[in-house]
Amino acid sequence: MTQDTVHSVTPLVRVEDLSVRFAGTPPVHAVNNVSFELAPGEVLGILGESGSGKSVTLKTLLRLLPERKTTITGKVEVDGQDVLALEGRALADHRGGVASMIFQDPALALDPVYTIGQQIAETVIRHEGVSKSDAMARALEMLDVVRIPSAKRRLDNYPHEMSGGMRQRAMIALALACRPKLLLADEPTTALDATVQIQILLLLRDLQKELGMGVIFVTHDIGVAVEVSDRLAVMYAGSFVETGSVKDVIRDARHPYSKGLLAANLVGAVPGTRLDAVPGAPPALNALPEGCSFAPRCAHAETACGISPLPLWSGGGGRWARCVHASRSAASAAGANT
Amino acid sequence: MSTSILSAHNLVKHFNAGGFGAARKVVRAVDDVSFELAPGETLGVVGESGCGKSTTARLLVQLLTPDSGSVRYEGKVVGPELPLKAFRSKVQMVFQDSFASLNPRMTMIDAVAFGPTVHGMSQADATRKAQDLLDRVGLDPSRFGGRYAHELSGGQRQRVNIARALAFDPQVIVLDEAVSALDKSVEAQVLNLLMDLRRERGLTYVFISHDLNVVRHISDRVMVMYLGEVAEIGPAESLYSAPRHPYTEALLAAMPSLDPDRRTMEAPLAGDPPNPIDPPPGCRFHTRCARAFGPCSAQVPTAFTVGKNHVAACHLNSVKEQVA
Amino acid sequence: MAVTTESVAHLATIEKSQGYWRSVWTRFLRDKVAVCAGLVAAGLVLMAIFAPWIAPADPLDGSMIKRLSPIGTEGYPLGADELGRDMLSRLIYGARLSLFMGVVPVLIAFIIGSAIGIAAGYLGGWVNTVTMRVLDVLYAFPSVLLAIAISGALGAGILNGLLSLTVVFIPPIARVAESVTTSVRKLEYIEAALASGASSIRIVRDHVLGNVLGPIFVYATSLISVSMILAAGLSFLGLGVSPPNAEWGLMLNTLRNAIYVQPWLAALPGVMIFLTSISFNMLSDGLRSAMDVKQ
Repeated sequence: MTQDTVHSVTPLVRVEDLSVRFAGTPPVHAVNNVSFELAPGEVLGILGESGSGKSVTLKTLLRLLPERKTTITGKVEVDGQDVLALEGRALADHRGGVASMIFQDPALALDPVYTIGQQIAETVIRHEGVSKSDAMARALEMLDVVRIPSAKRRLDNYPHEMSGGMRQRAMIALALACRPKLLLADEPTTALDATVQIQILLLLRDLQKELGMGVIFVTHDIGVAVEVSDRLAVMYAGSFVETGSVKDVIRDARHPYSKGLLAANLVGAVPGTRLDAVPGAPPALNALPEGCSFAPRCAHAETACGISPLPLWSGGGGRWARCVHASRSAASAAGANT
Repeated sequence: MSTSILSAHNLVKHFNAGGFGAARKVVRAVDDVSFELAPGETLGVVGESGCGKSTTARLLVQLLTPDSGSVRYEGKVVGPELPLKAFRSKVQMVFQDSFASLNPRMTMIDAVAFGPTVHGMSQADATRKAQDLLDRVGLDPSRFGGRYAHELSGGQRQRVNIARALAFDPQVIVLDEAVSALDKSVEAQVLNLLMDLRRERGLTYVFISHDLNVVRHISDRVMVMYLGEVAEIGPAESLYSAPRHPYTEALLAAMPSLDPDRRTMEAPLAGDPPNPIDPPPGCRFHTRCARAFGPCSAQVPTAFTVGKNHVAACHLNSVKEQVA
Repeated sequence: MAVTTESVAHLATIEKSQGYWRSVWTRFLRDKVAVCAGLVAAGLVLMAIFAPWIAPADPLDGSMIKRLSPIGTEGYPLGADELGRDMLSRLIYGARLSLFMGVVPVLIAFIIGSAIGIAAGYLGGWVNTVTMRVLDVLYAFPSVLLAIAISGALGAGILNGLLSLTVVFIPPIARVAESVTTSVRKLEYIEAALASGASSIRIVRDHVLGNVLGPIFVYATSLISVSMILAAGLSFLGLGVSPPNAEWGLMLNTLRNAIYVQPWLAALPGVMIFLTSISFNMLSDGLRSAMDVKQ
């Protein structure tokens, strides 16, 4: 139901046929023909393992990849602007103004020689050109927004004086200081302890609702994705293999890789029993197989899996999976119905 | 006593965190930790960073010497009663960082064969054994045996590390976050391998992890640690279904939900775990505990037996006992 | 028995992966700057070894008429020095002593310094503290001053110069050895080796040496140029090598009076020192990055 409303409004993010190659011999195919849309105020979780291209996709939206070594093809629009064409001042406005990013390790993302207050204020001044005192007032407000206790005192703290969870809150405050329409989150809770992780996840969920921003949340952890996302995209070897609402993907995964991930997360597993593990490891991104990249690990692989383009199974409302079997079983089910 | 294969008795390990005299800071990494392992069982150890689970692991395999307390193998105190070298071949360890645990200049065959040669096996026999073990952990020795660590994936490296531990024919393997750095699909493969090996060889595991799902899957009993102390220890099933320490409850409640209809609505705890340099008096958890009452801030809770083999160090249990 | 022979046959089929040094070599060859520097350094070494065959004239044979002949004089392609000796021959012969004074002290210091540093780093604790503080005291002196002081105390001569330079280089090499060893010591493969019950000597031999000697060696190669310049400095001051031996530092010294008459000629030994030191430096930089194995 939400999907229908989602697609009737102008999307906040529109990515079409995005491919990212890194120079090398042979070149690394980090992202392959990825297309998706994100409605304003929607949360998309991108789920994938290391090397699946999820972080690269995210960085492309901010143009954070090293220009000289990267070839980007396709179309990336954020808030109606062609991100791939942005230059100079416009690009700087885009980063941090329209879209901003939070990272896995705030200890690396925050500057150790400035206080939290200075860092937030500086961003606000650069993007909005306000006075220093106004910027500091905004910094204080932001620390309140991310529920940092005794915010006034914390304003003068350096990053190393804060605990891991506090630092992560400070980084969120920094990212949200200029009220971006799009927040990009790159595994922001992975380095945190369990009891702190859930606090940050709930904070992000609350802030997303309060501020109404779109969020793309990249993670390798299904549980984390379920906690924050409206929609889920499963990524494998640089491609989206399945998307849909969180419920649909979790309850009725169609792609064998998604099913394998769910099994690996011990969904419904009886303790002590062998797991239904996917064998092997992901292919090297500089030597991807023709057709389905997952076929070499797939128990149901057949000749049709080696032929590009793969058939797309669509369940309507932005629900689809790119798998020979998903489309075939759907077709036979449809045949049985008629 | 005779029933346990490996046991820890009042282990204490403090680290110097700088400073002199009165300003001297001490990290109370492990404070009075005791537990026993029955042959063939798997004890899961969970807790957040700074809870002392890795230090406990290193004390258990004698990579660290405890300030006080002892480790016993089959009832014999390691050191005075059981020579260290004999103990080494009985109790082995697998570390979290699969790359750092392998010598970058050694081939995988040599890495696995190293242990047996230390214990007097000839190079040829050790190499043969290493090949068999690599084969057993799912790596074709003719393809992988001659490779170096950087030429393997994380999952493959961790298989080599498991093979290396197995090369001693140990009874106990301590796995310190051994699957945590792996991708989920690879993690499942390695968990399967560990469970198969446990069955085949009757191994006893100490399985340390921050992932409660995985710990529940593989463990018979689970020990929850908080700031260097044991908060609760008991059978996996009863500990997960009916935790008797508020910290265990909080850990369980903090697990991300896998059910989109039942998302977590409230964080069970506020703030970060406190610094083990200066742990709170009384029950170390009382500063974060929503149910703390009178004795918690003053009195260190003793271990209350709350069920069969189930012990929790929480004052709430004394109240319950009195009420009952 | 059949099983055994089968296993042995199996043993033979193990495909040996490209070894570590092979992969270092492959990566090194990709670095064009480092390869060029390596070729230049190799050329200099060859020049030193084959000096008697390459040099057109006797480096000690002077001609009063030809004193300070400019570059390009008939029979003196690079001119003649203040005593009318063929400059080209002297530069070629000079490579022998200069390289000798550059390489040998570093090599000896590499052996002694590594031993001290690895022991201190592996043993840690108070052994480490005491050793490193003693070395720090030596290290606190500026290397030029220390070399001059020791050389001065011992008197002129190649051997004394060699000795003083060796002493100068032991502390920095030992410090690098200590820090590399300390960081390796913390890695889990050392813990795993400890957990195997192996003795310290065995762990150092099998697990530490192979992983620390490379980086220490790279650092040592970067000291070769320093050693050459220091040796040249000692010769310049009249310590170290003495006339009429051909050595670049010494030549620079004796030609300094000619700097207003034949500036290009007077600069030639300096050019050689510069060329040698920069090629060794770039070579060691290239080695460092080639040895940096990524996961």
